[in-house]
Amino acid sequence: MTYALLFLGGIMAVVVWWLVRQTVHVKPWLEQRPIESVSGDGALPLPSVKVGLGVFLAVATSLFALLISAYHMRMAGEDWTRLALPRVLWLNTAVLILASVAMQWTRVAARRGQLDHVKNGLIAGGVLSFSFLAGQLWAWQQLNAAGYFVAANPANAFFYLLTALHGLHLLGGLWVWGRTTAKVLRGVEVGKVRLSVELCTVYWHYLLLVWLVLFAVLLHTHT
Amino acid sequence: MTSVTHDESVYVPPAEVEEPELYHPKTFVGKYIWSQDAKVIAVQYAITAIAVGLVALVLSGIMRLQLGFPHVFSFITPSNYLQFVTMHGMIMVIYLLTALFLGGFGNYLIPLMVGARDMVFPYVNMVSYWVYLFAVLLLMASFFVPGGPTGAGWTLYPPQAILSGTPGASWGIVLMLISLAFFIIGFTMGGLNYVVTVLQARTRGMTMMRLPLTVWGIFMATILALLAFPALFVSAIMMTLDQTLGTSFFMPALVSKGEHLGYNGGSPILFQHLFWFFGHPEVYIVALPAFGIVSDLISVNARRNIFGYRMMVWAILAIGGLSFMVWAHHMYVSGMNPYFGFFFATTTLIIAIPTALKVYNWVLTLWRGNIHLTVPMLFAIGFVFTFINGGLTGLFLGNVPVDIPLSGTMFVVAHFHMVMAVSPVLVVFGAIYHWYPKVTGRMLNDTLGKFHFWVTFLGTYAIYYPMHYLGFLGVPRRYYAMGTTFIFPESAQTLNEGITIAALIVGAVQLVFLYNLIWSYFHGKPAGGNPWRATTLEWQTPHTPPKHGNFGPTLPVVYRWAYDYSVPGAAADFIPQNQPPGTKAAGTMEPHQ
Repeated sequence: MTYALLFLGGIMAVVVWWLVRQTVHVKPWLEQRPIESVSGDGALPLPSVKVGLGVFLAVATSLFALLISAYHMRMAGEDWTRLALPRVLWLNTAVLILASVAMQWTRVAARRGQLDHVKNGLIAGGVLSFSFLAGQLWAWQQLNAAGYFVAANPANAFFYLLTALHGLHLLGGLWVWGRTTAKVLRGVEVGKVRLSVELCTVYWHYLLLVWLVLFAVLLHTHT
Repeated sequence: MTSVTHDESVYVPPAEVEEPELYHPKTFVGKYIWSQDAKVIAVQYAITAIAVGLVALVLSGIMRLQLGFPHVFSFITPSNYLQFVTMHGMIMVIYLLTALFLGGFGNYLIPLMVGARDMVFPYVNMVSYWVYLFAVLLLMASFFVPGGPTGAGWTLYPPQAILSGTPGASWGIVLMLISLAFFIIGFTMGGLNYVVTVLQARTRGMTMMRLPLTVWGIFMATILALLAFPALFVSAIMMTLDQTLGTSFFMPALVSKGEHLGYNGGSPILFQHLFWFFGHPEVYIVALPAFGIVSDLISVNARRNIFGYRMMVWAILAIGGLSFMVWAHHMYVSGMNPYFGFFFATTTLIIAIPTALKVYNWVLTLWRGNIHLTVPMLFAIGFVFTFINGGLTGLFLGNVPVDIPLSGTMFVVAHFHMVMAVSPVLVVFGAIYHWYPKVTGRMLNDTLGKFHFWVTFLGTYAIYYPMHYLGFLGVPRRYYAMGTTFIFPESAQTLNEGITIAALIVGAVQLVFLYNLIWSYFHGKPAGGNPWRATTLEWQTPHTPPKHGNFGPTLPVVYRWAYDYSVPGAAADFIPQNQPPGTKAAGTMEPHQ
């Protein structure tokens, strides 16, 4: 559980740091400054939906940290056999990196108000992401064809589980991407989708990071 | 007490976060069924949680009938008994207490107490409830599938949870695991709302250190739940795969009736780690909201500011942090390395420090207070008593050498129920008596309330105190019947009969509470806006019950903390949070310098 604990330690450190920066040191029973000197309520200077995404990413990180912890604990079992990773995963990784780059390009275009570029960037990001998912399914197919379905051995079971959960998170992102892209295709002005594009981009970068970590863990333990 | 005079015409800085656009339903269905109003969602959560809690209460009554009068009731078989134990435990911990504290009280109180119009993501909030309801229905469906619900015990330990000898090992366990996964998805949607609303939607002047402790408790419990529930989610998914696809995440190599079952090398201990990594924070997911609510109930009814507010906040944070460091004290008997046992015993005992600090602060708030023994106050004081009792036996069980002989006995059941069941349930009752007037506009009947309190409070002691003695005698938990085991004196069975009678009385008196809830809704005394003369914002709304949007055309501005009670020199014994310094409100006067 070391990985999960490290992650949680980090989260708790952030919470305490933030609270110390808040008015946690004041004596609220004495503190009755006139309202004109109250600079605000201490909310983060971000849209709520961005803060919401941040909290969700913390939850998702907890999930993946626990999975990695479980993976390492299960590796200690005597029946553990190393996994033969399909080579297509390298291609998939490259595709997901490109998807992330496309989303970042879209984000920059949205900031500059370039609707055409936003449209192209979103479509490219979406197509690459669907390609990644198709590639992951192809990897499953290759493993299955080689006789390694989900119950073949624990390493395989983890591979299917990790890739499935990562893929489901990406599918969730693609649902938001679909709504944003539909708006852009309807010709909505850029200002109205800028925030959605930013959120999608952050999420795509996050999922890329998660995949890179998962892939590194799998590579570290493959045949 | 310092005070700064204030001219209301001076510039008031704008809020940092813009007010959200509210969805305004026009139909009955939009208003009360597919509602996006956090208050309606709160009531939906509460009704569902209480309804499913009643099912669990009936199950506990049946279990007690069996333990008190074995072999009398032919409809209770050993398999049924295990199924009732399992469903009772899981429903009470997850589907009642977690859902009610966070989904119920969290939804109702957070926006009102922080001065917001609603949760920040109302649509997601609505979906959260419907996913929760779906999870509840899935769980209830397991009563009607072949084999019935799972009888694996509420901890669902593999390998026995999915072995054919365990009741509900085919359909029941799968429905339980899928239901838990949906519960967690639904909770995550709600939890995001609770956290972000506290972070981002506080009204002007409502700094974190002016938040009522109720909000602090719910806020921290939500953070714990968001980080801990993934462990249960992961284990639920992995066990589902073990059961349905034959993977071996948790299932070791097994031979049943001479036949190899196809599993290989899985680790049941891995499941235990994951389960308790969620399971111990779960104790505080339930306890922290209870701590917060009790702080407010005591302060309001003792007419005193809460003692040591800052310490209370830090204690909540410390408990939250430490709660992730103690999980393996549930696993002392799993054969763990003794050094680990020592480590987890130490962290377990350390967590007693911030917890004890909170208890001292509650007692010191009561000290020389102008105590009003209202029904909510009775429940709050009852909680403090019960929590101390339950907490002290926790110190026993936190130590490895004491835990090992006691862990399989009724002592654990007694400890657990005192600290994790009765204590928070007393707070739930206190909170309902306290906020029911705001939710409905009517007071609950006082006489019925006091009757409900005394029977429940004394009754639970009649149930759980003797149970500790049963544990010391070695009477095992989880057993359908003691049979012809003569190591126990006959009085153990007599004690069991007494416990059962007390349990049935306590169970029956909850019907009085339900009657009170329904009767008072139609015939209760009109409550007015602030019947308890409380300072927090939910009592300062222009309408009772508050309308959609909570605060009328303008949001309140907060000038002070939530605990200005009996301020020296003030005309009234409370000053609302939104009362500007130097002004009068609702017949109050500003305190002298």
